Amino acid sequence: MNPFQYARPATVAEAVALLEEHGPDARLLAGGTDLVIELRNHWVEPKLVIDLKHIPELAPAITQRKGFLSISAGTVMTDIAEDERVQHHLPALVEAAVVVGSVQIRARATMAGNICNGSPAADTAPPLLVYDAVVVVAGPAGTRRVAVNDFIVGPGKTDLQRGELVTAIELPIPDRPYGAAYTRLTRRRGTDLASITLCAGVDAAGAARIAFGSVGPRAFLVEDESGLLGDPGIRIEDKVEPLDKMFELASPSLKSLRASPDYRLAMLRVLGARALETALGRLTKELVG
Amino acid sequence: MNETLTIRTTINGRKRTIDVAVNHTLLDVLRDDIDLTGTKECCVVGECGACTVIVDGRPMNSCLMLAVEIDGKEVTTVEGLELDGELSALQAAFLDESAAQCGFCIPGQLMSATALLAENPDPSVEEVQEGLAGNLCRCAGYEQITKAVLAAAKGVPR
Repeated sequence: MNPFQYARPATVAEAVALLEEHGPDARLLAGGTDLVIELRNHWVEPKLVIDLKHIPELAPAITQRKGFLSISAGTVMTDIAEDERVQHHLPALVEAAVVVGSVQIRARATMAGNICNGSPAADTAPPLLVYDAVVVVAGPAGTRRVAVNDFIVGPGKTDLQRGELVTAIELPIPDRPYGAAYTRLTRRRGTDLASITLCAGVDAAGAARIAFGSVGPRAFLVEDESGLLGDPGIRIEDKVEPLDKMFELASPSLKSLRASPDYRLAMLRVLGARALETALGRLTKELVG
Repeated sequence: MNETLTIRTTINGRKRTIDVAVNHTLLDVLRDDIDLTGTKECCVVGECGACTVIVDGRPMNSCLMLAVEIDGKEVTTVEGLELDGELSALQAAFLDESAAQCGFCIPGQLMSATALLAENPDPSVEEVQEGLAGNLCRCAGYEQITKAVLAAAKGVPR
């Protein structure tokens, strides 16, 4: 890889100052599972790499606050998958975290990096959308909070402005019985990027939503307007039409080698039905306690 | 000219202070700077697992880490598995089960399996398969590798 300068800020303010000064010439290093590949392949050639792992505020931590879990930017997939509070309150996020890459990748890859990298196939994007996650952003003007749906913009693009970095992701703990499930389509089980990522969420009032990725420029969150999808009394066979409607935004690329557009669209419906059934099952289990 | 940084680290139980180029990976430094060539370079994109080492108890792809990132951390490579010239139980099981064919992936397989057994001393077949899913074997010797890990877990006498 090309030579670069290496900086190790000790505070978020120092990191922000470096980012503001160097702009696009600087890249942030969190888990490095994307960045190191990009550096080696000369896809990015920064003059400065800013290592975030010496900032105590960003060190791996999952903190329970009033009504939400705060996951620091340095928290890796393994930490998330192993946390009992996340397992209990946000099972779909665990399902996404445990299928990222391999054991080795999950020990390094951060969830904040997963979102900031801006891949349309990011595994954690759909559950973060379904759970209404909020991204905490630090920058020259201070701290701001952005709904993850507004944070994700397009391939490789986020709402981050010059000088800004993500310090944490906050996940509201559902304040009512809630069922959610994540599923994905891959060519093989280990170490593969997803051809479809999908998360479904339902509550007892019948509100249903599905977030899905890898079939367009970004992961989309869609609310069910029919009122049918979240109804446990209606058979899944009778939900085909409203389910199809959920995927109108899907526009899989012809260029992707992982799966053809037709295959992805066909499987989107299958995975959607599957995740919805699992989510409804989890909701029922919560309701009957 | 590459910028360098002095780091303090423990590799296979031995404390070391080394100067590393900031744009070199841990894999580069292990193999080229300190002659620990047991760790293999293969895909260099984190897909094959041949370069797996254990850092602070967790298996990681050394090709995806900058060497400066092991500052203050403990690293175990395949050279660190034997103790006083004796193979670890896992290494012995790999030999007994003929788990190595060409052998190139084996250091990585051993490191992932070592980390797995440290965390889960009695894994199921599925747990072994998941634990080693990030380690590819192009000879496709997965059956023997899985058997060896299970044998080591059960402490099968030699």
